[in-house]
Amino acid sequence: MTELPDMLAAGPEIFLAVMGMVLMMVGVFSSEKRALGIVSGLAVASLVVTLASVVWMADGRIVAFSGLFLTDSFAVFMKTLVLLGAVLVLIMSENYIQREGMARFEFPVLVIYATVGMMMMISANDLISLYIGLELQSLSLYVLAAFQRDRGRSSEAGLKYFVLGALSSCLLLYGCSLIYGFTGTTQFEALAVLFTGKESAASPGLVVGIVFLSAGLAFKVSAVPFHMWTPDVYEGAPTPVTAFFAVAPKIAAIALFLRVMLEPFGGLIDEWRQIIVLISVASMVLGAFAAVAQRNIKRLMAYSSIGHVGYALVGLASGSEAGLRGVLIYMAIYLVMNVGAFACILCMQINGRMVEQIDDLAGSAKSHPMMALGILVFMFSLAGIPPMAGFFGKFFIFTAAIEAELYTLAIIGVVSSVVGAFYYLRIVKIVYFDDLLEPFDKPIGRSLGTIMTLSGVVTILFFLYPAPILDSASIAAAALFPG
Amino acid sequence: MDELLREYLPVLIFLAIAIGISVAMLLASGILATQKPDSEKLSAYECGFEAFDDARSRFDVRFYLVAILFIIFDLEVAFLFPWAISLGKIGLFGFWSMVIFLGILTIGFVYEWRKGALEWE
Repeated sequence: MTELPDMLAAGPEIFLAVMGMVLMMVGVFSSEKRALGIVSGLAVASLVVTLASVVWMADGRIVAFSGLFLTDSFAVFMKTLVLLGAVLVLIMSENYIQREGMARFEFPVLVIYATVGMMMMISANDLISLYIGLELQSLSLYVLAAFQRDRGRSSEAGLKYFVLGALSSCLLLYGCSLIYGFTGTTQFEALAVLFTGKESAASPGLVVGIVFLSAGLAFKVSAVPFHMWTPDVYEGAPTPVTAFFAVAPKIAAIALFLRVMLEPFGGLIDEWRQIIVLISVASMVLGAFAAVAQRNIKRLMAYSSIGHVGYALVGLASGSEAGLRGVLIYMAIYLVMNVGAFACILCMQINGRMVEQIDDLAGSAKSHPMMALGILVFMFSLAGIPPMAGFFGKFFIFTAAIEAELYTLAIIGVVSSVVGAFYYLRIVKIVYFDDLLEPFDKPIGRSLGTIMTLSGVVTILFFLYPAPILDSASIAAAALFPG
Repeated sequence: MDELLREYLPVLIFLAIAIGISVAMLLASGILATQKPDSEKLSAYECGFEAFDDARSRFDVRFYLVAILFIIFDLEVAFLFPWAISLGKIGLFGFWSMVIFLGILTIGFVYEWRKGALEWE
């Protein structure tokens, strides 16, 4: 007889998964008109409860399910960000999905399932549980991308995402199987033990396995050269879904990337560092240059997010605790400013119709001064101009890169962020100095306004009181570097 | 090596019997039955479709839905067989894991039923 495995550490995930199923039943048994309202409210509530329990359970390292699953302060930090992202996006999207003919209660349910998958990814302690979390997340996201199913572009986005996502899962699984074949284990701890010794030279087969694994992960974080799906999917998907894509799955995938590279393969840093440096440089440069030509704001945000992933990977390439701490701070700030920027994009509608061209923003400072101020703050922050929060994110990462003596990487990063500043500042110029053509609709809605204000305030005032984020990032980073 | 091969002897016997029966049936029908072939009888049997045709023809999307719904329950059975055989070894935890899995599937089933996915018209 086997005993029941320890499941307590996975409590928040189990709760959220059960709530997902309960909400599905609630939605399908309540009348069609009221279903969405009830399910959205309950979904936000259960995400908040999950967030509270994740934070409450935050003490030390607990392993569950015979080593397949673990929580530590790193996982808690990342899960907090993911859950925050999911809650904010659900609140932001409420208006939009009512208006745009996608008012079906499956939307919040799918967001919940995707969130469960992301939490599972963050807590994965084995190649098998890594894959299960990744697939649960991806399958929900494919459906979300195609949620506006009677619009061609949304279906196209979903299909593209699905085909390319399935391909990347294949690469990842192939890598996992090679790693298993050459080491005989899928457990992260056992893998880490294999590579701690001095003479632990990796066999070529294992290195190929790691390359495939990182290719699959690079696809999920949309790092160059696995970024091709990002602009199309971001542009085609409904805007709240794009906002969700830009924050939660990206943070979860970065967390997974960090854990896989630093925990099981931490001893092989010399083998994988060159890969990470290469995709990091490519992402930063492409993110900066390709975005210059974009006229569609969602497409621009896609290239911007590719660039930001490049900066985050600089921290990983440094392979130090300071670098990891930098990435964590960066992701926290990235979450805040991206949610804010998408709240502004969601305000862009003329006569009840959503518009997405950057030129539609022309002169909106005259009709919507507060929204324009929001755009100003978030664009300055995304560009990394002090004293906005985005500057500090980049600052910690580049400091870590210089400490790790990756001077070229740091210089390329700074140069490409200067190039990137061009297109962020151009948006600000269009908003403030161009002539008003057609004003956006008023009012923008209370929830959007609140989220915009909150994230704006956090972005501006981060430098006054950065201690909470910096301290918890330090604790979280220490979890992956014991001793 | 001999020991290993001997374990597969039942499979070999089974294979021989299967081949024997099918050859016997074909031969018997060839010898005993009256044969009146025409083109329809000689063509391969396929329900509703031309056997050799362009694969990109249109077909009703409802077939697709039924196929997807079928796959889920097909897989469920594929999971149930090994579970049933090893139930003595995997204990209560194994038992309840499968019950939870079946519960999740039931929720999916209730959902598709209420959504009307099972209605043909």
